[in-house]
Amino acid sequence: MLKLLRQIALTGIVTEPPPRPDPSMRLVEQRLKSEVLALFAGSLAIRHVDAGSCNGCELEIHMLTTPHYNLEGLGIRLVASPRHADLLLVTGPVSRNMETALRRTYDAVPDPKLVVAVGDCGCTGGVFGESYASCGRVANVIPVDVAVPGCPPTPTALLQGILAAITGRARG
Amino acid sequence: MREKRQSMGPPSAFESLRLEAAPLRAAVPAWHARAGVERLREIAVGVAAKGGRLAALWGADERDRGEGFALHLALVVDDATLWLAVPLPAERPEYPDLADVFACANRMQRAAYDLVGIRSTAPDQRPWLRHAAWPPDVYPLRRDFGLDNWYGNDIEQYRFVQVAGDGVHEIPVGPVHAGTIEPGHFRFSIVGEKVLRLEERLGYTHKAVEKLFEGRDLVAGGMLAGRVSGDSTVAYAWAYAMAVEGLAGVAPPARALWLRALALERERVANHLGDLGYLGNDGGLAFGLAQFMRLKEEWLRLNGTLFGHRYLMDFVIPGGVERNVGRHGCDEVAAQCARLALEVQTLRDVYDDHAGLQDRFLTCGQLAPELARQFGVVGLAARASGLTLDARVAPGFEPYDRLGVAIQTHGAGDVAARAAVRFDEIFESLRLLQAIVEGMPLGEVATPFNTLGGPGRGLGRVEGWRGEVLVALEADDGLIRRCHAHDPSWQNWPALEHAVLGNIVPDFPLINKSFNLSYSGHDL
Repeated sequence: MLKLLRQIALTGIVTEPPPRPDPSMRLVEQRLKSEVLALFAGSLAIRHVDAGSCNGCELEIHMLTTPHYNLEGLGIRLVASPRHADLLLVTGPVSRNMETALRRTYDAVPDPKLVVAVGDCGCTGGVFGESYASCGRVANVIPVDVAVPGCPPTPTALLQGILAAITGRARG
Repeated sequence: MREKRQSMGPPSAFESLRLEAAPLRAAVPAWHARAGVERLREIAVGVAAKGGRLAALWGADERDRGEGFALHLALVVDDATLWLAVPLPAERPEYPDLADVFACANRMQRAAYDLVGIRSTAPDQRPWLRHAAWPPDVYPLRRDFGLDNWYGNDIEQYRFVQVAGDGVHEIPVGPVHAGTIEPGHFRFSIVGEKVLRLEERLGYTHKAVEKLFEGRDLVAGGMLAGRVSGDSTVAYAWAYAMAVEGLAGVAPPARALWLRALALERERVANHLGDLGYLGNDGGLAFGLAQFMRLKEEWLRLNGTLFGHRYLMDFVIPGGVERNVGRHGCDEVAAQCARLALEVQTLRDVYDDHAGLQDRFLTCGQLAPELARQFGVVGLAARASGLTLDARVAPGFEPYDRLGVAIQTHGAGDVAARAAVRFDEIFESLRLLQAIVEGMPLGEVATPFNTLGGPGRGLGRVEGWRGEVLVALEADDGLIRRCHAHDPSWQNWPALEHAVLGNIVPDFPLINKSFNLSYSGHDL
């Protein structure tokens, strides 16, 4: 136990300041009113869905919750059920074997909801594209607000995308 | 070295099978042979009797060459690989079931039927990679099937094995899981908390990888190979490059091989760090996750600096590697390895002394050595069940033949053993990394590549962090004809079903993480 406490004390805090949102990752304009976004900004719940990725993007999503990036320190949590979620973080390409599961997961998220497509495959279909087994990009299956490119995108890029999804002014 | 091995002829284990085995030009010992379907069972039984195992099974459509179909097996005996091609008639492509000889054959046979339409005589004819995205009488890997063929998608009705009895009920889990992991379905039959049966349903991430290889330029195929399973990108890219180089007769420069080993060991350490963190977390010690992921992040950052990619994607290319790591970079690697060894030792002491964690780890999810052997389990799961398997020790495999890999094994086969093997392998990889940066020969890092060439085949076999990755490649005029990439998860997924028997449901996430198998690499 002493060793454990000593290690915690020696490590200190390695968390770095978060990046700014990157509005260029937006596919559509902000749909949500600022009152709703203010709520999200305080406590955003994310459900991750792997819709057919090579698992590279998952590696970086894992890194979001680690000490350097400290996602939870920003009031953002990864949750276990779409019913608890405000935002879906979807990696792709969407395989045809995951098409139905992705649609159902999307339907299970209560409104108002946001979708962030992750990775080159999630953004465009990537190296896998569209085929007998792949629907290609996430936006081909469910509505997408923000798309974060990269193979895989870095944790910083993922954060920029997630923050872009919950910021910006709605039109009208 | 290479010529010498070829003149040695096939190992005695293959000779006794009465096969005309021809040596394959490969960086690891490999032979190719053809046999009639009537001899298939006799050969399989003969290989099993020699302690050999089934490393991969796949099908191919050869009708455009007037040869019907073909069943392909990769059989490994004593670190030598035999690629066995079995021609099957076009009108009735059927072969005898091998699942009683090699238990892992069941799903591979079903996948070969789903994709190519060659049928085994096994009683279990349920689809495996096919769900409902294409009809049962259509086979995507047939040469007359277009990549873009599109059929209606439906909800699949899969026949799970039912367990009946007083108080028995089912828990369906997935394909969308509670954690940040890949998609797959687990059907638990339980009584109380105890698991009576687990049945996996995979194939959710099937995304036409093998069809996408068809017709691709040999060099361009490397990018796809590196994305079969992202966490093993170096292992796949190296196995693929090895197959291409054997096929085309290109020898990468020595420095490139050492740089590949540098990347492969860094990939192994990165994944083991992450897994040890999650094993601590799943055992209730969040401290472990925070500490190991901190170390992993620092590890990945140096990858980004030295290789231009945090996970080393596209670093290994046919003919060599994409960039050099210079003297300064090597010094950074050495310094980081020394630091990490101290940090990991501290964390290992904490894990070992933590009664609560050890209580979760010990005897949990046991896979007995005999069962592991029967399922042909490979990689770290095999070594944690006492099997001395590691593709890095294949004779003549540069640079590992110079470095000398100490295979880390453990006898208990439980979660604690799989954690211990990860710890031991981190230390062994750190030792190897030090030896690599000290002993790396100078010179070029890639051999110029002429992709044109007549018909040929090549084989690659590399020990990734999870286990043995195998790539079998056939090409014509520099274009891929058929490329089968095989993930160690094919062998290990069925064994996981057995490792959880008798355990309680809440221990499943821990057991599952201790294997940490690939969905994408398996579903292709």
